[in-house]
Amino acid sequence: MATGLTGYRRPDGKVGIRNHVLILGVDDLSNTAVEGIGRLVPGTLSIPHSYGRLQFGEDLELTFRTLIGTGANPNVAAVVVVGIEPSWTDRVADGIAVTGKPVVRLSIERFGDINVIAAGARAAAKLVQDASEIQRVPVERHEVMLSIKCGESDTTSGLGSCPTTSQAVDRTVAASGTVLFGETTELTGGEHLIAARCVDDEVREKFQAFFDDYLSMVVAQGVDLLGSQPTQGNIRGGLSTIEEKAMGNIAKTGTVPVVDALSPAQAPTRQGLNFMDTSSAAAECITLMAAAGAVIHIFPTGQGNVIGNPIEPVIKLTANPVTAETMSEHIDLDVSGLLKLEYSLAEAGDRLMEVVDRTINGRLTCAEAIGHREYVITKLYRSA
Amino acid sequence: MRRTVDEQLAFLAHRQSDMVAVAVRDVEAGHAEYASLDSDLRRPIELPEPIKLGHKVALVEIAEGADVIEYGERVAVATADIAIGTLVHVHNVRSTRWQLA
Repeated sequence: MATGLTGYRRPDGKVGIRNHVLILGVDDLSNTAVEGIGRLVPGTLSIPHSYGRLQFGEDLELTFRTLIGTGANPNVAAVVVVGIEPSWTDRVADGIAVTGKPVVRLSIERFGDINVIAAGARAAAKLVQDASEIQRVPVERHEVMLSIKCGESDTTSGLGSCPTTSQAVDRTVAASGTVLFGETTELTGGEHLIAARCVDDEVREKFQAFFDDYLSMVVAQGVDLLGSQPTQGNIRGGLSTIEEKAMGNIAKTGTVPVVDALSPAQAPTRQGLNFMDTSSAAAECITLMAAAGAVIHIFPTGQGNVIGNPIEPVIKLTANPVTAETMSEHIDLDVSGLLKLEYSLAEAGDRLMEVVDRTINGRLTCAEAIGHREYVITKLYRSA
Repeated sequence: MRRTVDEQLAFLAHRQSDMVAVAVRDVEAGHAEYASLDSDLRRPIELPEPIKLGHKVALVEIAEGADVIEYGERVAVATADIAIGTLVHVHNVRSTRWQLA
């Protein structure tokens, strides 16, 4: 079926909508070399980050899964992996290389930053040239994995931007596509609605276990939770409780069943709407979703979150007319007309799908155009 | 379904059965109208006070201790008696879930 959609088909058959050459750090110590290579070869995309040393157990596994998933994401054509020492560098590089895409690995011990930057820049320049010859090809909608997460929410999110996102979720799943949603704690008060939508008891039990574990962790801190949820921005926008916020949050998840409940950064194996256990902080959540393979993100906002991601284009929409007017450089789609009943939800959905399709075909999002590249690894506990 | 732009409309409720509706613009005290997203409901409401964009108005009397229903679900409990047409927010409702542990 001709959809008019185009993308980059990777050696493993997966479809991306961008063609990045990444310079990916394994650890915090490698950031100087990573950024040095990036400065010498402007066609690359550097991903420095804050962790990767003395982590252990589940926290270390999540960092590896996140880094490998970032490099393996179909929006990435090739990767230069830089780490302080060879064994963890190999672990990340080998994980990415399973996709069949070119991976170059460099470690700093015995060579130093300057030699690594020189070797990395030579390799990166060649990878950028090679990537520039990869052509866009026709792709199907179901091959373009979508993720959703909302932020700086207010009551207009629940009335407008989230229900509009819901339209995109239902249409993508109707086309046999795969969609990720998360934000475990921000389902509080509406978690029974998600549990009821799980396809079977096994998925329901997995979802409930993720939810209960996260809430137990929060409660164990023994703090006044009202100090953080709803946020001050949420309250200024009219949201009064975590339950009210959750109802708006859930309003973006469409009407389709929840087919699986995934660990953070775990790649989905089932077509349809997948829950992923994530923080509700925007950068952490989207970093995990991109690491699971999502290539395009829809982000409904109320008061105006400015989030972007280095490898996954983030489309932001709002139904708050003040946000649309005062933060226009961040807003890809203004659906404030929904509040005045100027057009139907289905029509707002049509407008969103037009933005989605143009973004798939290469139009830069607001966040891409102004350089929002938030990349944050989820840390489960302190390093050793 | 397409409707014409409606300058009179001040509040939208998610469901006709909800106890609150959200201001879709800054609304002055006095006469206003609200609609519901799940029906053709259209009703007048008198406001003793202005209500800002995005904030909620009580569509019914809500007694202290009563559940507050929005989206057809309980989203809060009233911590004071709330009169029709007045603001519903953190000063007179609270979460039933996240509070001092």
